[in-house]
Amino acid sequence: MSMDYREYILDHYRHPRNYGKLEHPDAHAEDSNPLCGDQLAMDLQVEGDRVTAVRFQGRGCAISQATASMLSEMIEGRTVEEVVRLGKDDVLDALGIPISPARMKCAFLSLRVLHRSLALAGLEKPPADDDDDDE
Amino acid sequence: MVSSDNTLATTIQETTGQYPTARSAADIRKDFPILSRQVHGKPLVYLDSTASSQKPYSVIEAMSAYYETINANVHRGVYEISEEATAKMEKARVKVARFINARQSKQIIFTRNTTESINLVAYSWGNSNISAGDVIVLTEMEHHSNLVPWQLLAQRTGARLEFIPITDEGLLRLDIYEQLLRQQPKLVAFTHMSNVLGTINPVQQMVAQAHAAGATVLVDAAQSVPHMPVDVQALDVDFLCFSSHKMLGPTGIGVLYGKRELLEAMPPFMGGGDMIRTVGLRQSTWNDLPWKFEAGTPSIAEAVGLGAAIDYLNELGMANVRQHEQEITAYAMEQLQAVAELTIYGPHASQRGGVVSFTLGDIHPHDLASILDQEVGVAIRAGHHCAQPLMERFGLAATARASFYVYTIPEDIDVLVQGLHKALQIFNL
Repeated sequence: MSMDYREYILDHYRHPRNYGKLEHPDAHAEDSNPLCGDQLAMDLQVEGDRVTAVRFQGRGCAISQATASMLSEMIEGRTVEEVVRLGKDDVLDALGIPISPARMKCAFLSLRVLHRSLALAGLEKPPADDDDDDE
Repeated sequence: MVSSDNTLATTIQETTGQYPTARSAADIRKDFPILSRQVHGKPLVYLDSTASSQKPYSVIEAMSAYYETINANVHRGVYEISEEATAKMEKARVKVARFINARQSKQIIFTRNTTESINLVAYSWGNSNISAGDVIVLTEMEHHSNLVPWQLLAQRTGARLEFIPITDEGLLRLDIYEQLLRQQPKLVAFTHMSNVLGTINPVQQMVAQAHAAGATVLVDAAQSVPHMPVDVQALDVDFLCFSSHKMLGPTGIGVLYGKRELLEAMPPFMGGGDMIRTVGLRQSTWNDLPWKFEAGTPSIAEAVGLGAAIDYLNELGMANVRQHEQEITAYAMEQLQAVAELTIYGPHASQRGGVVSFTLGDIHPHDLASILDQEVGVAIRAGHHCAQPLMERFGLAATARASFYVYTIPEDIDVLVQGLHKALQIFNL
């Protein structure tokens, strides 16, 4: 399997969308990947049943940071119900390149932070074990 | 620093009467079966020996032969193969003792690895010698394994940790070390060689200063014992810790060397079989050194493998090992410096071991490691290298690290450099 750093991934890495933080987020979480030190924090604004704004901040590899940027685009404007259902396949589809096993944790860091923020805000059930990336 | 290493090398060669002639790394490579495998359809270029070294046939075969012909538990059986297994393991202990010039083999405690050796001292010596308000001096360049055990000890006892800072070049601030010694620390613990920057610290001088201030000294030699002559008597260290797997030996066995009077006075670390003399229901008495610290069935085959690794290194000659690494490191730094957008961290080649940490433009080290693996078959380490405080010191989250050993050839460096150019291309730099 060969990971292929496509132009759009590098574009999201160098020019992340929705980068920053919200003054009064309705949902917030952060996490890091202890293996490689990737860090990510995410803020959501929720109005009614919709996620109306997303901001993230982080540092790390192109895979973890580009995924966060792509995920933020997927979330904004969607209903909470839709966002709750976002899973690993959605992230891999958005990335569109094969990810080697060692780099899965990088790819899924933002997804984990997203679900954690929703769980902390009481918008979804906390995952049974949100640290479980074993396939 | 380098000159004192050379002096040490001469001393050891004189005492052992060995003057091995240098074998070329290209020839040495033939002894390492893994180096002929491919990754992603390309020949493996292994540049991560600081994390773990590869193993020569002689080590692999010694362990197989042990299992095929001798395998039995040690120190209990009265039958032939158990006696042979015990003799094999104790012979390995003697080899380790001679390798670092310990006075007696009973000063060599087998553990699982460097980390366990340091933890053994932190619990056994630390709990009985450190109390509230005592000062422990460490450095900003420690691996987590020589930091966290002391944090835990400080939490248990109320001791205070102080740190020797480092310069921008990655050298210890020895002027501040002198000031810290005025606080009369009970313990000074530091690495012989940084696993990130490659910095070789002036152990002999630092130990003498610590002793003059009344401190006990532990040296983390995980990166030095595999790569240069180390003489515990010349350095006068109180404790020295290292791992087999970084010196061509198997995983699962490490070493704690200690001065005899210190080890004799220390209570056991773990309780169980083998470490006792007599056992009652409520009380027991302890076995002699070194077994007092070796509870349970030890890693016997691994001890045999470590013995074979030491035989192999002795045949190469540790002064030759060091010489080769200085040459290959100087070559690597010269080649890497010529790559655009590349920044190297740490001291000049003459003051470091075979380790080069670097970053390339805005390419995150993990992306770089993936590209090098896939495009050119180069294995390097990327991340914080279990030294997060050190990375903080340089304002970095991660670096890429290439490290070298007896089997590293200039062609390995050339492939690395090709891979770096590919990475620059992929990232449009």
